Amino acid sequence: MNTPSLEIKELAFAYPDGNQALYGVNLSIQKGERVALLGPNGAGKTTLVMHMNGIHPTSHGSIHVAGQLVDSKNKESIKEIRSKVGIVFQDPDDQLFMPTVAEDVAFGPYNMGLRADELNAVVNEALVLVGMLEFRDRPPHHLSFGQRRRVAVATVLAMKPEILVLDEPSSNLDPASRRELADILRSLDITIVMVTHDLPYAHEICARSVILNGGIIVADGSTHSILTNTALLAANRLELPVGFVI
Amino acid sequence: MEIRVEQENHHHGHDVGERLYLHRHSLVHSLASHLKIIAAIAFILIVVSTPITQWGAFIAYFLWLLTVVFIAKIPFPLLFKRALIEIPFIFFAILMPFFGSGEKIQVGPFDLYREGLIAGSGIVAKGTLGVMTAIILSTSTTAREILRGLERLRLPVLMVQIASFMLRYVNVVNDEMERMKVARESRGFEATGVKHWKVLATAAGALFIRSYERGERVHLSMLSRGYEGVLPHEEQIEHKATVWMKAMMYPLVAATIFITQLLIGKM
Repeated sequence: MNTPSLEIKELAFAYPDGNQALYGVNLSIQKGERVALLGPNGAGKTTLVMHMNGIHPTSHGSIHVAGQLVDSKNKESIKEIRSKVGIVFQDPDDQLFMPTVAEDVAFGPYNMGLRADELNAVVNEALVLVGMLEFRDRPPHHLSFGQRRRVAVATVLAMKPEILVLDEPSSNLDPASRRELADILRSLDITIVMVTHDLPYAHEICARSVILNGGIIVADGSTHSILTNTALLAANRLELPVGFVI
Repeated sequence: MEIRVEQENHHHGHDVGERLYLHRHSLVHSLASHLKIIAAIAFILIVVSTPITQWGAFIAYFLWLLTVVFIAKIPFPLLFKRALIEIPFIFFAILMPFFGSGEKIQVGPFDLYREGLIAGSGIVAKGTLGVMTAIILSTSTTAREILRGLERLRLPVLMVQIASFMLRYVNVVNDEMERMKVARESRGFEATGVKHWKVLATAAGALFIRSYERGERVHLSMLSRGYEGVLPHEEQIEHKATVWMKAMMYPLVAATIFITQLLIGKM
């Protein structure tokens, strides 16, 4: 059997102030799967994501990325983990901080040790994947919100990650940008974990969904079966838009 | 029918960091930024070390500076407008001839102190030449090119990083401030006087907290991409001697003026 891209076992976590966010999460994601991580506000979704690349140290349980243990104490391995787990944050302005698009996309691979022509090739390749090559020398703040989000995706694709983690990828996008991003995400040959409240978007992109609520996984199945289970959705403060029929 | 509204003085509000830069194609614009920084500093050092009593030298410096401004295709009105920024700094220098002691001389209707006049005019002349040099640099070089130049000149990486983050986020924070202002005004608030300072102070506090939190999120996203304290920087480019020479013309002509006044002074 293949090694799963992501293997989380009994992950529990409490913030230093005693507020516990995760109460034993079990999740296994195979290579190439696209999984929507659903859940109401405060369910622990962001906390879970922050564990995937070792920003939050694992205090209980374990996480393996492509078979490699996420151990925030091991500096060398955490560097590798961070190149394998590409997180696209919700606000592109948090992610894009370099003076130009190309320099920002180069930031990750540069940290991984790429230089000169090789670095340049990786940057161009990532920008082509999101259709933003022609903007490579523009400052990020001159781009539209949708374009900035696509560049943010490119910044992590340039690191050739095993898993692409997206935090609310459809938020604040106009319908066309939303569809363009969906097309891009579907075209990528990569494992995707998508954190979202946008159930139609989850249905459009991910075959599988899991619901996180109260710090545990309460449902795990095909997106279709989960979105058609009205009682399950209601119990987890999730709702399809009015008039939306699967 | 299409109704077009022409806007004068339209500022690219997005570009707080680049407002000083004036896009032109000139020799001065095309020079590498670190060479320009070296040239500007050298020029200023030469000017500062010239005694003010050699007023002929200062006229020569000034004429040379104006020539460079012309080569850089910077409009003279823009130069003088921007030079007004030094007024608060030279305010006391202008007062110096009026208050002091010692020998007095008559200049037009004024009865001035000689030493004060010399010291004051020294500060004004040197200050103006320095400020105008900085204006040539900032008008012909984008802010990020200046930062790159400083990096090539081996300014501590941390300082360059802080400055480049400021440059990137000054726009984001400015937009945020603008949105908060619009939101306040939408609820009928308009700051008119001291009694509104409390509201403005609270807003400034909120903006600070937001920016601080953004800083944390940016750091998080940098860590996620393997940040370890080093930002990517381009490889060093070797500049040919001719390029160096072109850039160094600025201080070299000043040095020639300096030496000439020394020789004349000796005679």
